[in-house]
Amino acid sequence: LNPNVSAFQRRFVGEVRRCEEMEKTFAFLRQELRVAGRALGPCQDNPRAPVAREALRVQEQSEQLAQELREVSRNHASLRGRLRELRQYLHVLREGQRFTSLPAPLGSPPRPRALSDREPIFDPSLHQHLDRKINFVAGVIHPWRVSAFERLLWRACRGYLVANFVEMPEPMEDPATGESITWVIFLISYWGEQIGQKIRKISDCFHCHVYPYPESEASRADTMNRLHNQIQDLSVVLEETEQYLAQVLDKVMLALPTWQVQVHKMKAIYLILNQCSFDVTEKCLIAEVWCPVRDLTQVQDALRQGSYKSGSSVECFVQRIPTSESPPTLIRTNKFTAGFQSIVDAYGVASYQEVNPAPYAIITFPFIFAIMFGDVGHGLVMFLFALWMVLYENSPSLQQGSNEIWQTFFEGRYLILLMGAFSIYTGFIYNECFSKATVIFPSAWSVATMANHSSWRWDSKLPVTSARVPACTDSPCSAHSSDYLATHPSLTLDPNVTGVFQGPYPFGIDPVSVPWDMGWDPQWSGPESHLPFCRQIWSLATNHLNFLNSFKMKMSVVLGIVHMGFGVLLGVFNHVHFQQQHRLVLEFLPEMVFLLALFGYLVFLIFYKWIKFTPADSRVAPSILIHFIDMFLFTSNPDNLPLYQGQVPVQMVLVVLALASVPVLLLGTPLYLYCRRWAMKLHHAGPVAVAEQEALLDGQEAGNSVNTSKEDLESGGHSPDAEHMDFSEIFMHQAIHTIEYCLGCVSNTASYLRLWALSLAHAQLSEVLWSMVMRNGFVRLSYVGGVVLVPVFAAFAVLTVAILLVMEGLSAFLHALRLHWVEFQNKFYVGGGYKLCPFAFAPDSWE
Amino acid sequence: MAYGGLTVPIIVMSVFWGMVGGVLPWLVPKGPNRGVINTMLVTCAVCCYLFWLIAILAQLNPLFGPQLSNETIWYLKSHWP
Repeated sequence: LNPNVSAFQRRFVGEVRRCEEMEKTFAFLRQELRVAGRALGPCQDNPRAPVAREALRVQEQSEQLAQELREVSRNHASLRGRLRELRQYLHVLREGQRFTSLPAPLGSPPRPRALSDREPIFDPSLHQHLDRKINFVAGVIHPWRVSAFERLLWRACRGYLVANFVEMPEPMEDPATGESITWVIFLISYWGEQIGQKIRKISDCFHCHVYPYPESEASRADTMNRLHNQIQDLSVVLEETEQYLAQVLDKVMLALPTWQVQVHKMKAIYLILNQCSFDVTEKCLIAEVWCPVRDLTQVQDALRQGSYKSGSSVECFVQRIPTSESPPTLIRTNKFTAGFQSIVDAYGVASYQEVNPAPYAIITFPFIFAIMFGDVGHGLVMFLFALWMVLYENSPSLQQGSNEIWQTFFEGRYLILLMGAFSIYTGFIYNECFSKATVIFPSAWSVATMANHSSWRWDSKLPVTSARVPACTDSPCSAHSSDYLATHPSLTLDPNVTGVFQGPYPFGIDPVSVPWDMGWDPQWSGPESHLPFCRQIWSLATNHLNFLNSFKMKMSVVLGIVHMGFGVLLGVFNHVHFQQQHRLVLEFLPEMVFLLALFGYLVFLIFYKWIKFTPADSRVAPSILIHFIDMFLFTSNPDNLPLYQGQVPVQMVLVVLALASVPVLLLGTPLYLYCRRWAMKLHHAGPVAVAEQEALLDGQEAGNSVNTSKEDLESGGHSPDAEHMDFSEIFMHQAIHTIEYCLGCVSNTASYLRLWALSLAHAQLSEVLWSMVMRNGFVRLSYVGGVVLVPVFAAFAVLTVAILLVMEGLSAFLHALRLHWVEFQNKFYVGGGYKLCPFAFAPDSWE
Repeated sequence: MAYGGLTVPIIVMSVFWGMVGGVLPWLVPKGPNRGVINTMLVTCAVCCYLFWLIAILAQLNPLFGPQLSNETIWYLKSHWP
């Protein structure tokens, strides 16, 4: 409301900053918890946003806790460091004992790392003579530095020392990196002060911990006792510190979730309050909101309750004000429809009060998906997966999945459910179950009749693959037929022979399958390899694709034209709702005429050819495609017989009709609007206060909202000479619409052929998978074969899910989406709105 | 049923989808979702019926028959009517 005031000058900035500080403290507490290895549970109840007093209390408490935690952690760390040093010292002394308590033969240290023979001191005889005092330097060094240290010592002190290195029996923590390593204890015995200083300097360089090594046995024992006691005391203190730390962490864990929620709510409220502006009297706040009309009474109630609860003397109230801005769009959805609405919104949110394609998309989208995906087996797997998600949708582990891809699948669970269900249906109609056809009804093609037909007899003089001879003498001769068969590798069943084709398969595509072999081998589709066992006969699929392609292509075209026609029809709702009845006649009618005259006629031709042309005419069956092209070119092809009598004049009429509708579409609406404005100008002498607008909201006035200044008001109206410019804009817009529509009709119809392409791809992929993977598991019938079948099936299942379900599913989903968004929706949808974003304390937006 | 020609399947399917699209919407209980459910039922009936109709009409008058290998023909000849 107050865009003029900068962010820092707003009233509640201090409070917002306080919230942010508290959140920083919370972050520190959370980190400490994480370091200690505890997880912060989610907030169970839904606390209200706190008032100012409570907020102060929360802030104080949280800061106090943070302070305590910091201190305790520091103490803890220092205690542990001290303990570690003491333990190291103890070990040094203990290990050092081993070297120095040994009498004269120094020649056998536990690890022969000391440089032995070359040193003069190792000579025991010499040792007796040397009268000097032996000094020691003892300490601990990192194991990686040992060899370098040794070398440097040797070079620097020229052999006047004995260095012993031994590993510590237990690993200890390295204070710098925190990892536990096995330190190496060293004990250096030397003569002379200078060497001593050199050694100390060198050990400093190497970051060793040097500990004082007492000379005599007794003092060493003393020191060790002392160390023991110290270590014990320190351990006790450390334990208590850790307990105290655990207590503090417990307190934090209890309080933190609630605080977080409270502070978050407070911050959100203050941010919203910041957006309000102050009244003139500086005593009350004004806010402008969008509110759905249906909820207006609820809002008033809530305001009344709020003022009652906070005990203020003046009531809050709400008042409707007119405005010239276009309102946001609110579409109420439940958990089922939300998924479908979101895929429509992903293209564009509906303009205010426009017809919403989502309710229709609930069914058409899964249906179009299923056309491209049709397979009973795959559909069943998809359906079961979605069913599992739906049945367990209330379990928190599913709801709060952190993986984003999983969240996407989960939110579309109803979508996937419907997609799976429709895929099962189309799978039945395509007769595909994991690429195998099922025999629900007996097949309608009879091979025996064909085989007994005399044209397959041995002495027939016909060429190999054609069998278009009408039925002749009926002397069945199986022996002759088998010889005939033996010489001809493949033959075609002729539907012209009586009894061979007995009618269309009642539900779906005909399988013509063999009853009991390893799979269903339909005549129309099947794998191509032969098995060694003669009992399993796998048919050779030579022309199944011919039939399927023709069927699927025509199906795609028919369904596409129906879908687009439906889209144009939905535009009627828009025209009626916005009271633009002129568009009904001037836009809807020419659009429908164009679509139906050309493409509706194509649909008619397809159905007509299916019904009218029997196998007897198969030689002379006309080609629809050539007829269609000739229709546009106004020519005719003598080889292509007409489908019905009078086809040519009918087609000419339709083309003329379609072409005539184009200028109507192009010029109708602009001319109508121009005439209307011209008529209005004649009737009203004075300047028109508000000009007719093309916008979807009619009858607006410039708003008297607090926000707008004088300049905004004046620019709301139109000046008279802008009307002429408007007309050319309208005309432009309409021309673009016309061209887009007409060209779009043609290209979009062709675009629907992707239904054919993808279903073909899916069928072929699943067939390949079956024949290349699964069939190899059926090679042997023995027990060994059974064992081999298990990994083969595993591979088949993994590949099915990965390639066919996920990849093909996503691909079909995408193409179905594209068909909806582009081909269907650009017939009627504008999609220029914006969504209503209400202020909400959604508990699942916390982490 | 395949041998009964066209009439029986057409009657069965038309009646079924006609019921789904024409009769069931009246039986849906009144509630906030009635409109959506009715739309769904009608759209579903139209889509599925149209799809099935296309499938059966395409097979009504086949202009060519399936092409089989001679092994299949030999097998089917003796094991199928």
